[in-house]
Amino acid sequence: MANVDLTGSEMVIKALQDQGVEVVFGYPGGAVLPIYDEIFKQNKLRHILVRQEGGAVHAAEGYARSTGKVGCVLVTSGPGATNAVTGLLDAMLDSIPLVCLCGQVPTHLIGNDAFQEADTTGITRPCTKHNYLVKSVDDLPRILHEAFYVARTGRPGPVVIDLPKDVLMDVGAYIPPAKIKHKSYVPQVKPDAAAIKQAVKLLSKAKKPVIYAGGGVINSGPNASKLLTSFTQMTGFPITLTLMGLGAYPGSDDQFLGMLGMHGTYEANMAMHDCDVMLCVGARFDDRITGRLNAFSPNSKKIHIDIDPSSINKSVRIDLPVIGDVGYVLEDLIKAWKAAQVKPDDKALKSWWKQIQKWRDKDCLAYIKDDKVIKPQLAIQRLYELTKDRKDVFVTTEVGQHQMWAAQHFKFESPNHWMTSGGLGTMGYGLPAAMGVQIAHPDALVIDIAGESSILMNIQELGTIAQYRLPVKVFVLNNQYMGMVRQWQELLHGSRYSESYLEALPDFVKLAESFGGVGIRVTDPKDLDDAIRQMLETDNHVICEVAVAPEENCFPMIPSGCAHNEMIFGADVKTDEAISEDGMVLV
Amino acid sequence: MSTGIYGANIHSEEIRTHTIAVLVDNEPGVLARVIGLFSGRGYNIESLTVAETRHRQGLSRITIVTSGTAMIIEQIKAQLNRLVPVHSVSDLTIEGPSVERELALVKVAGTGEKRVEALRIADIFRARVVDSTNESFVFEIVGKTEKLEAFVDLMRPLGLIDISRTGVVAIARGPESMEGQD
Ligand SMILES: Cc1cc2nc3c(=O)[nH]c(=O)nc-3n(C[C@H](O)[C@H](O)[C@H](O)COP(=O)(O)OP(=O)(O)OC[C@H]3O[C@@H](n4cnc5c(N)ncnc54)[C@H](O)[C@@H]3O)c2cc1C
Ligand SMILES: Cc1ncc(C[n+]2csc(CCOP(=O)(O)OP(=O)(O)O)c2C)c(N)n1
Ligand SMILES: [Mg+2]
Repeated sequence: MANVDLTGSEMVIKALQDQGVEVVFGYPGGAVLPIYDEIFKQNKLRHILVRQEGGAVHAAEGYARSTGKVGCVLVTSGPGATNAVTGLLDAMLDSIPLVCLCGQVPTHLIGNDAFQEADTTGITRPCTKHNYLVKSVDDLPRILHEAFYVARTGRPGPVVIDLPKDVLMDVGAYIPPAKIKHKSYVPQVKPDAAAIKQAVKLLSKAKKPVIYAGGGVINSGPNASKLLTSFTQMTGFPITLTLMGLGAYPGSDDQFLGMLGMHGTYEANMAMHDCDVMLCVGARFDDRITGRLNAFSPNSKKIHIDIDPSSINKSVRIDLPVIGDVGYVLEDLIKAWKAAQVKPDDKALKSWWKQIQKWRDKDCLAYIKDDKVIKPQLAIQRLYELTKDRKDVFVTTEVGQHQMWAAQHFKFESPNHWMTSGGLGTMGYGLPAAMGVQIAHPDALVIDIAGESSILMNIQELGTIAQYRLPVKVFVLNNQYMGMVRQWQELLHGSRYSESYLEALPDFVKLAESFGGVGIRVTDPKDLDDAIRQMLETDNHVICEVAVAPEENCFPMIPSGCAHNEMIFGADVKTDEAISEDGMVLV
Repeated sequence: MSTGIYGANIHSEEIRTHTIAVLVDNEPGVLARVIGLFSGRGYNIESLTVAETRHRQGLSRITIVTSGTAMIIEQIKAQLNRLVPVHSVSDLTIEGPSVERELALVKVAGTGEKRVEALRIADIFRARVVDSTNESFVFEIVGKTEKLEAFVDLMRPLGLIDISRTGVVAIARGPESMEGQD
């Protein structure tokens, strides 16, 4: 078929359709009006009108993370693009595939400080995996297709395409996506056989092994989680997951030690500290995980499976790097493991598990019960208990203590059902992300576990939720504090609660109602279950505000600058001197 | 002793200087990407040169002289490699023998004794005179960085008033190419 001549904006719509995009989250403005005109003229591509561009990006992130597809965003030039920046960096740090189309002033005005001009490619260069400024309509089809390829290939990430208005109105030949090999960006996905062989050798000799898996398993797709689960069960090794990896292995299985890291479980962190062989699967040794670097798992041989060579040896020294996609690597590893007919050292493993059981017996997530005030941990536990038998439950979070309590007390059985802002820790992520998830899964139960401070950061998206009748449930743990900030102030700054108390909070019930939703408020532990049930049974969108103990701390905690075996717990917290000067400078 | 994925011994804490050649698509913003990577992540740039080397394929070659521990150098290469328009990265310092050259234009002003002495030294260094007036010379000198620096040091007391240097360009010895065929 001969290539058809299309305008730039027609090409945009055509390319999105050819790339399988069904939904685009956006907000119009002068520079993108030609695209909005094309959106008006068709009905295949669905446009979701958000209330602020930041909301569009987080919504696309939620959409992408819960489906495995590339999320798509459309914003105007200048303030539209700059509002998108936080979300782009959020997607960058959490490896979420996005394509963000930004309007730009016409090419002849670029550099003139024209109305609503921003150096979008300059501003977004360090917050995107790649970005493009399209200077001619002839380059547009290639760039559009390439952007999707780059966003989803290798370690996924956000890609920006800056679209000058004249390019959108110009006419050129459209080229459909072809199976062309990208000329420079071709990441290695299949592992070297020698590395696999060495990994089998190391793992088969392990006496105290641990599997530490992360977001890379989710990025690789549901099959990678299946393979991870079979390998773990085949070997009988203990496994821990990062915040980004939750769901990659069934949360209720006995081999799962819980999340590791700063607010991870005692057993997971101790196992990491004491292990002799560590198998890292698609995780990146973040500082929330390692604590003090020179005390991190001092006696282990470390194997690191990652698709991005820059993740290897970034902070922690790796003994055996295995470059490739988790899916391919685990497939080969399982094959090699079977072929080698490995007999793990049963006796050693048994005593390792015995040791782990001792750590488990500490029951590190325990908290002091209260029958007058709702403990935030209880609220999450009840939410989990009352939803765990449902088929499709997706949870998003905001950022803070509630996020950590959700990670600790909610169990995820499968991948792509947990969306949280890990790397950037963006307050205001959860509500728009939940919106994106609900768009992708209209019949599922989608809950944003929120804090009263974070939720206000993108509260305007209730408008979007109302407009598209998305039955999103916002479960607000209201402690009246920026709890996570208050906790650090208590532990590090002599309980001087500088600017972390929120006065003049809205009436969340009326707030929900004003957007046409349902508001519920619960203060008594006795009424908690009923409130949750009422929330779950409501077809409409709901804000369920749970008044929780204001000064509850999130434990266990490895203070910044400390080692894994220097954890502090709920009962024996020391204030003031608990953290060294070195630790205080860290975040 | 373990090695990194680029073959270096990553346990060494010694800070070393490396010359890295990067083959990139010659497209707008590519240099900003490379420089932004170095400044954003706090890596050193001791010198950087760039020019298109394959016009037909639109490829440019960037030569960067940087320094750091083995682990940092490895990070730098991995970070460069994951930039989308980067075709290949090679560490000329550890991947085998290579040649490095730099060119400088050095302006020396003066008359009498000093002027004669400047000419004499230029001759020893095989620097060429590319401009001369009654009271000045511009010398062109090519060589390793150390040679250029020695020349500059000697010229300073003789009336050196201006220098322009290209920065290092480098290439591996032997028949292999990092660019592939035309
Ligand atoms: C308040 C707060 C507290 C936090 N506390 C904790 C905590 O206690 N514990 C914790 O774990 N986190 C915590 N985090 C999150 C933390 O900051 C990091 O975001 C998180 O630990 C990173 O997870 P990850 O290592 O799984 O990496 P990700 O960011 O998910 O990165 C994935 C890795 O896998 C690789 N990869 C991607 N795709 C593939 C593929 N297909 N195949 C192979 N490899 C692939 C990538 O290159 C990358 O190296 C906290 C965050 C906040 C905001
Ligand atoms: C945009 C943004 N600003 C500031 C912070 C720093 N910060 C981290 S947690 C937090 C408090 C969150 O309060 P809330 O939403 O009420 O959650 P809680 O910790 O009380 O559960 C703040 C201010 C952040 N993560 N993101
Ligand atoms: Mg709060």
